[in-house]
Amino acid sequence: MSAEHDHHSEAHGHHEQSFVQKYVFSVDHKVIGIQYTISALFFLLFGFCLMMMMRWQLAYPGEALPLIGTWFSEANMPGGVMVPEFYNQLGAMHGTIMVFMGVVPLAVGGFGNYVLPLQIGAPDMAFPKLNMASFWVFLPGGVIMLASFFVEGGAAQSGWTSYAPLANIAPAGQTWWLVGMIFLITSSLLGSINFIVTTVQLRAEGLSYFRLPFFVWAQFVTSFLLLLAFPPLEAAGILQLMDRVAGTSFFLPAGLVITGQPLEVAGGGSPLLWQHLFWFLAHPEVYVLILPAMGIVSEIVANNTRRPLWGYRTLVYSVIFLGFMSFIVWAHHMFMTGMGTAMSTFFQATTMIISIPSVIILTALALSFHGGSIRFNTPMLFALTFIPMFAIGGLTGLPLGLTAADLHLHDTYYVIGHFHYVVAPGTVFALLAGIYYWFPKVTGRKMSEGLGKIHFWLSLIGMNVVFMPMFSIGMAGVSRRLYDQTQYAYGAQVQELTIIGSYGAWLLGVAQIFFIINLIKSIRGGEKVESDNPWQATTLEWATPTPPPHGNFTEVPKVYRDPYEYSVPGAKSDFTPQFSEEG
Amino acid sequence: MDEIPYDVKPHPVTGVYNAKLGIWLFLASEVMLFGALFSSYVLLRVGADTWPHGYDLLNVQLATLNTAVLIGSSVTVVMAWASLKLNDLSKAKVWLWLTVVLAGVFLVVKAFEYGAKFEHHISPATDNFYATYFTITGLHGLHVIGGIIAFLVLLIRGDKMWQDDSEHFTNRVECCGLYWHFVDLVWIFLFPTLYLL
Amino acid sequence: MAESAEEIRHHIAVYKKVGLALAALTVVTVAASYLHIDSVAMTVTIALFIASIKGALVACYFMHLIDERAIIYWVLIITAVFFLVLMFVPLLSEADSVGI
Ligand code: HEM
Ligand SMILES: [Cu+2]
Repeated sequence: MSAEHDHHSEAHGHHEQSFVQKYVFSVDHKVIGIQYTISALFFLLFGFCLMMMMRWQLAYPGEALPLIGTWFSEANMPGGVMVPEFYNQLGAMHGTIMVFMGVVPLAVGGFGNYVLPLQIGAPDMAFPKLNMASFWVFLPGGVIMLASFFVEGGAAQSGWTSYAPLANIAPAGQTWWLVGMIFLITSSLLGSINFIVTTVQLRAEGLSYFRLPFFVWAQFVTSFLLLLAFPPLEAAGILQLMDRVAGTSFFLPAGLVITGQPLEVAGGGSPLLWQHLFWFLAHPEVYVLILPAMGIVSEIVANNTRRPLWGYRTLVYSVIFLGFMSFIVWAHHMFMTGMGTAMSTFFQATTMIISIPSVIILTALALSFHGGSIRFNTPMLFALTFIPMFAIGGLTGLPLGLTAADLHLHDTYYVIGHFHYVVAPGTVFALLAGIYYWFPKVTGRKMSEGLGKIHFWLSLIGMNVVFMPMFSIGMAGVSRRLYDQTQYAYGAQVQELTIIGSYGAWLLGVAQIFFIINLIKSIRGGEKVESDNPWQATTLEWATPTPPPHGNFTEVPKVYRDPYEYSVPGAKSDFTPQFSEEG
Repeated sequence: MDEIPYDVKPHPVTGVYNAKLGIWLFLASEVMLFGALFSSYVLLRVGADTWPHGYDLLNVQLATLNTAVLIGSSVTVVMAWASLKLNDLSKAKVWLWLTVVLAGVFLVVKAFEYGAKFEHHISPATDNFYATYFTITGLHGLHVIGGIIAFLVLLIRGDKMWQDDSEHFTNRVECCGLYWHFVDLVWIFLFPTLYLL
Repeated sequence: MAESAEEIRHHIAVYKKVGLALAALTVVTVAASYLHIDSVAMTVTIALFIASIKGALVACYFMHLIDERAIIYWVLIITAVFFLVLMFVPLLSEADSVGI
């Protein structure tokens, strides 16, 4: 039970495992979690770079990309200047990569895999081999997506939403996108089954549902969303694949004319069908992006305020309600499709209702600070900032949910601003917080606080400089997928703001360099943690040796109390772990 | 701590072993997959100006035969499980082989149906009626193939699995059986929807 | 679930009966479709009604849902709810086209 445990001293294992079994085709949830984390971080960085290139084009349309402009093919960047088709590829792939290959795999595949079994006191996931399969289906999916940049006509360019009929007639990259998505979806389905079974069946003795750490609850609800919302997108993907490969017209109405040529298909399909099926997944998907983040933030807030979470049960009920409601709001993305008033009223109402539990969660987190003696370490700074950033994102969602306002705001930069506030300084900050927080458990070392704080402050400024101006740009009417807004008078008039935003992006890029340095430095030379529970936390993952060996716990864990017993009056210390028998 | 709890034995509170809950969750996602296809079908059909009747274009006799075949295979697979419960491995294997054969018959009949269409130059691209027909039955057919593979694995490795842990093997047959009944159930709805309406 | 041999034999008898019932209902569905009832609503209702009975038989007896654990029921109830929501999609687009 000591930090010395780090060299491969699992010699008590019954059989020697080869390198491949141990680190490549591993069935250990911790190794799989790390594999997911590393791949997802790589994909996030890649998607980030795509965004940086777009920001250059947006700020200085038609100017050659400095330094790296010449690295690209003549077809994409003649003379270092981006062509519109390439801009569209960057946009579509940025969205796809960030959502399906970055944030979800990191939040669920990475944190969920590593932390959830530890927090419930399980030796591993319920189905270790399935878990391995999930990763090894995910990775090819990601590779297919990246490879699609090199096919004839380039990668998908119809947005991350792949709206029909545009996507139906796009070049070959779209087919690769669909195939890649089918892999990614399958991987998520395998993962979610595993998470649910693990949570239901493998909880330690004494760990009733209402003693689960909030992080586990968030992952549990998320898994249900993945399980039930992804299959319709899989179906939609299959249909679009048929349209593109087998010549069907599920999403193609008759009489389409493309650049003067009538499209030779049977017709009779419905482009709106795609939107329905897509958003049936994609609205629950945005909660897949946010719920694990809320879970991470709650853990860190409780730990660093040294107070129990305010209203634990309320939080749990809210997260269940959020998950439930997220299935009946999808058409708020489609107010502009000519939907009748009865329907749009219904979806307006559900959209307003779904913001209530979000507000409850934020309020509960904010109230948790009351009377705490707060430790401002790096994970806490990120977790703390999540709250106002998510609040900005959520509040700007409300006007979008009201049809009258959405008429004007739909598909403008305002929408981009809205959801980036929730996912970028929101979810991504929470994920970064999680990395700083659990790093000592995984490696036995702490990440550098100094570099961490630089990373935090620069990121905070960078994020807000990029995204805050978008609200104004959007209200000025600039459409979200424009290649060059200066071609319109209303766009040219807010070009200054766009340039400022790009400066924010550069700053954000610089900030991440500190993070990467910190990661690499700390893995090798970070300050060693003296105890298995360096943050003096209460949940079960800290009961394991550091790093946890195969099978996780040295003795079968037992749970005696609620998850966040911090500063209990009369207790010996300011924290009483769930696994400690006397308080 | 190395063993995964409740891998074979049921959990004292939930009363099920891990894989059983797992397979049901998988089936839940399958319900949503076929549900989405079904709902797309309804949307397209209701929105179309004209839509042919299945019985005018498709071979109802063959499909009826296939329905009977799949129902039969559902019976055989549940009998395989019951035989294992009665500790009779050899009988169970016979039932499993029968299931595989019936599944094979289903595919062969399906192949004849498809073949007849292709001969007349009818393909998914012909119109949305055939598009839905081919896509949905095709996906269902893939599920049948998946089932056959699962049963073959159980049959080939059955003796060893049974010797190692007979309860574990019985559980596996039960889970594959549940999947197989679901494939049958989907067909029970596809048959009237595509062929008889 | 450790059922006794006695119970299993009882199950087997039930399986056989259910199998026969399913075969009979298949015949009924096909026969009903040969009637070519004029009312579309009626045809659809009959076809789906019989299919639902058959589906219920498979689920209840072959898949043992008639006597299953609460956790499985919970999973299925949740799924059924969202399945119904999914069926809302065609309704929604129909409502659009008639201007509700
Ligand atoms: C809290 C209450 C929220 C409300 C009321 C809300 C409302 C909306 C509405 C109405 C739209 C459609 C705008 C349009 O296209 O015209 C939208 C877009 C979007 N929202 Fe939210 N939202 C909320 C929270 C969230 C959260 C938590 C996330 C993600 C973590 C999120 C992510 C997105 C995304 C990704 C889009 C844009 C999708 C696209 O068109 O590409 N939203 N939101
Ligand atoms: Cu939404």
